[in-house]
Amino acid sequence: MIAPIHPDNLSSPIGRGAGSEGVASEANTPLQTNREAIPPDPTTLTLALSRRERGHEPSAASKNACKLCAPLGACLAFRGVEGAVPFLHGSQGCSTYIRRYMISHFKEPLDIASSNFSEATAIFGGEANLREGLANVTRQYAPRLIGIASTCLAETIGDDVTFYLRQIRAEANGNAPRLVHVSTPSYAGTHAEGYFAAVRALVDALAEPGPRHQAVNVLTGIISPADLRYLKGLFRDFGLEAIVLPDYSDTLDGPVWDEYQTIPRGGTPIEAICRMGSARATIEFGSTGDRTKTAGALLEERFGVPRYELPPPMGVLQTDQLTDVLSQLAGRPLPPAHEEERGRLIDAYVDAHKYVFDKRALVYGEQDLVVGLAALLAEVGIVPAICASGAKTGRLRDRITALEPELAGEVTVLEGVDFTEIEAFAADQRIDLAIGNSKGYGLARRLKIPLIRVGFPIHDRVDGPRLVHVGYRGAQQLFDRIGNAVIAAAQDGSPVGYSYM
Amino acid sequence: MLPILEARKSQIHETGAEPFVMACEKQSLAGSVSQRACVFCGSRVVLYPIADAVHLVHGPIGCAAYTWDIRGALSSGPELHRLSFSTDLQERDVVYGGEKKLYRALIELIDEHHPKGAFVYSTCIVGIIGDDVAAVCRRVESERGIPVLPIHSEGFRGTKKDGYRAACDGLMKLVGSGPIEGIGPRSINILGDFNLAGETWMIRDYYERIGVEVVATITGDGRIDAIRRAHGAALNVVQCAGSMVHLAKSMEEKYGIPFLRVSYFGIEDMAKSLYDVANHFHDAEILGRSQELVREEVGVIMPELRRYRQALEGRRAAVYTGGAFKAFSLVRSLRTLGMKTVLVGSQTGNREDYELLRDLCDQGTILVDDTNPLELSRFVQEKEVDLFIGGVKERPIAYKLGIGFCDHNHERKVALAGFEGMLNFAREVHCSVMSPVWKLVPRRRRNPS
Repeated sequence: MIAPIHPDNLSSPIGRGAGSEGVASEANTPLQTNREAIPPDPTTLTLALSRRERGHEPSAASKNACKLCAPLGACLAFRGVEGAVPFLHGSQGCSTYIRRYMISHFKEPLDIASSNFSEATAIFGGEANLREGLANVTRQYAPRLIGIASTCLAETIGDDVTFYLRQIRAEANGNAPRLVHVSTPSYAGTHAEGYFAAVRALVDALAEPGPRHQAVNVLTGIISPADLRYLKGLFRDFGLEAIVLPDYSDTLDGPVWDEYQTIPRGGTPIEAICRMGSARATIEFGSTGDRTKTAGALLEERFGVPRYELPPPMGVLQTDQLTDVLSQLAGRPLPPAHEEERGRLIDAYVDAHKYVFDKRALVYGEQDLVVGLAALLAEVGIVPAICASGAKTGRLRDRITALEPELAGEVTVLEGVDFTEIEAFAADQRIDLAIGNSKGYGLARRLKIPLIRVGFPIHDRVDGPRLVHVGYRGAQQLFDRIGNAVIAAAQDGSPVGYSYM
Repeated sequence: MLPILEARKSQIHETGAEPFVMACEKQSLAGSVSQRACVFCGSRVVLYPIADAVHLVHGPIGCAAYTWDIRGALSSGPELHRLSFSTDLQERDVVYGGEKKLYRALIELIDEHHPKGAFVYSTCIVGIIGDDVAAVCRRVESERGIPVLPIHSEGFRGTKKDGYRAACDGLMKLVGSGPIEGIGPRSINILGDFNLAGETWMIRDYYERIGVEVVATITGDGRIDAIRRAHGAALNVVQCAGSMVHLAKSMEEKYGIPFLRVSYFGIEDMAKSLYDVANHFHDAEILGRSQELVREEVGVIMPELRRYRQALEGRRAAVYTGGAFKAFSLVRSLRTLGMKTVLVGSQTGNREDYELLRDLCDQGTILVDDTNPLELSRFVQEKEVDLFIGGVKERPIAYKLGIGFCDHNHERKVALAGFEGMLNFAREVHCSVMSPVWKLVPRRRRNPS
């Protein structure tokens, strides 16, 4: 659960336990409930020890989780496919809770269908409900694709969704929408794993071989609609055709409508996903997932599409890695508008560097986001003193220190923790600001530190979908917000109340 | 025109056309995208505001994460209800069973927070993997000396209403276990008000002002010890009848306590809630004080209400609520504001509810049971509504179509009950319907009103 970094234990690797691979490894394999021996999880053991050393007892209860369940991530991914409807195979509540949770962030209609298990379904299996549900979604929405994620209930009763779908497809004789299934039991992994598993399932089901074309596959990880728009613009400005999967930049952040749209316009076209198998390259962000289990890995192995594995493009240095690759692919330098944006960003860093230097930040959320933020903070002189995530991949520490080796001695890395544990660590040391989703508000309020809201969910502000995190523009926005928060904290705490600095 | 599923047609009717019987209280249609949640949701909604109890969700993380501090239910003291506790079951727990983890989690939470009681919610897979939750609860109860109540709320075991029932069954185990000395004959319990934005406090104050003693406010600013002595009250006053009437009936059966169904929304229904209690007690003094209170409170809000009514007169509204009882009050409240309800429905209404609604609404009003986003969007467009009253899931349907919205669900932070609440309601409606932003949205620009 917890992997504090101390200079003296850097050499002892944190083990990774069985099952910590998340959902990807389980894709389309219903859980067998035979009681085979599962080896103890070395991560838990190591971490439990280190917690006790710090005076914390290992906790059996999760108290204010810093993670969500896998089906939510799958719904987000499916929402980014053109003409698609996400569908949860399980109880009605899963779809309604996840809708409510996501709507509160995106502020857009977000229909998620459900096979709506009853007691009889749980006993006799979900096939009849799945069939009826898919038929009704097809009638109502006329979707081009239905993305089916199986919940913990369907997985635990051992429903063989892959088999059901094969039959349904065969009977439909090509007249049904594309049916893509991902196995997302919420007892394995988090929403991030659910998201990546769904992206992989889409590519697995749809990508085809073909003559090589010039488009570049872009697998972004969980970012905001505004981030997606920024990245698409960046590729366009380089003159590169990008196939961004998923692309919920319109479906989850669109204009007001003239008439109700059954399925919101936008999303990655299915034809484009088919073409991903013959793209010239894949650019894949994200670093903490199992790199052998991603959609990019599948495209590489099955279709020989070369893969660029890049860190989340947050901050100047990480964005430079992306734009260098794009320069190579496009055979041209960074377009002038972006060069200028980069220049203004560094100018802003210079202008404000003294206000933020040596501040200590708590960063939490999905692991890839935490890695990206830690790198951005480090390059402006803020110490990401606590890097925490509810997810447990065993890779968070390595990825952070790989980007910023000098952080090794200064950062406490916490995996598999909840907000209560994070708060205990934060209260133990000087922390000047918190950066993460809005669920950390209570913590920040109690610790009397500013919270800079990023990522998902942001349930207490209006601009979540429009925040930019990636690229030079994202770094600019984040840096400005962080700098202003630090300045405001000093100003508000000043007995003088100066108005000029 | 968006299609209506054949199997849904018996749950959609228009008043005034043909006589009809609403098909309702059914399991939601698979693939229909119901706005309902599940059994767990029903139980969690009812018990959530009990603020001095630990609420532990036994299952994988989702169910607890999605219900963390999402409601505006206030507490005057402890705030345990605002925390999200889960056993966060992992794959190994599903394989080997989660009883040990549940036991450890309960002991840990109780020792850390010293609650007056604990509720353990079973989620879907707990029923499947066969954990004996009741046995664990009994063990912890005997070891720690506080009530530890298992709530059988596996999501698939029915609808949200079954979750209400499971919660009421849990509460029934508490009721009757506390001392009732000193409780007077003019005493009530308030059931089914959730103290959103302090509404229960307001209602409690009204009752106390007219000379009625309030024993327990079970579901709003709730306390274990108060619930334990709830059987000492002379009358149960039940709002949100769908969720709490089962408890009221159980208490009537076991303790002979009668109950009244009331609503605190809107001037008429709020006043009636006071008069009904006064009449129940056959107490002229209480009735006199009620009339005085109503006169006084209405006098305070009327001038401002009239101003809103002038602006809102003739506008059209859609109402979609969880329980149907609230919908009645909203139709009346909207009338107070000069507005007409043209679409109304609920997630969990029963046949009598829909008959009442049919009689209450004007001709040509669409009634829907357990509807879905596509039906709602179709009817709000067809009926050209200016305002939608619903919850978080309905809000984007309204906003996407350039329609005003009033949040009347449990997340809200504005008190809408009582007389003061009626004024807040009018302000909420007014500030959405009258906003100049609608002039900019495409639908309104095409059809200027």
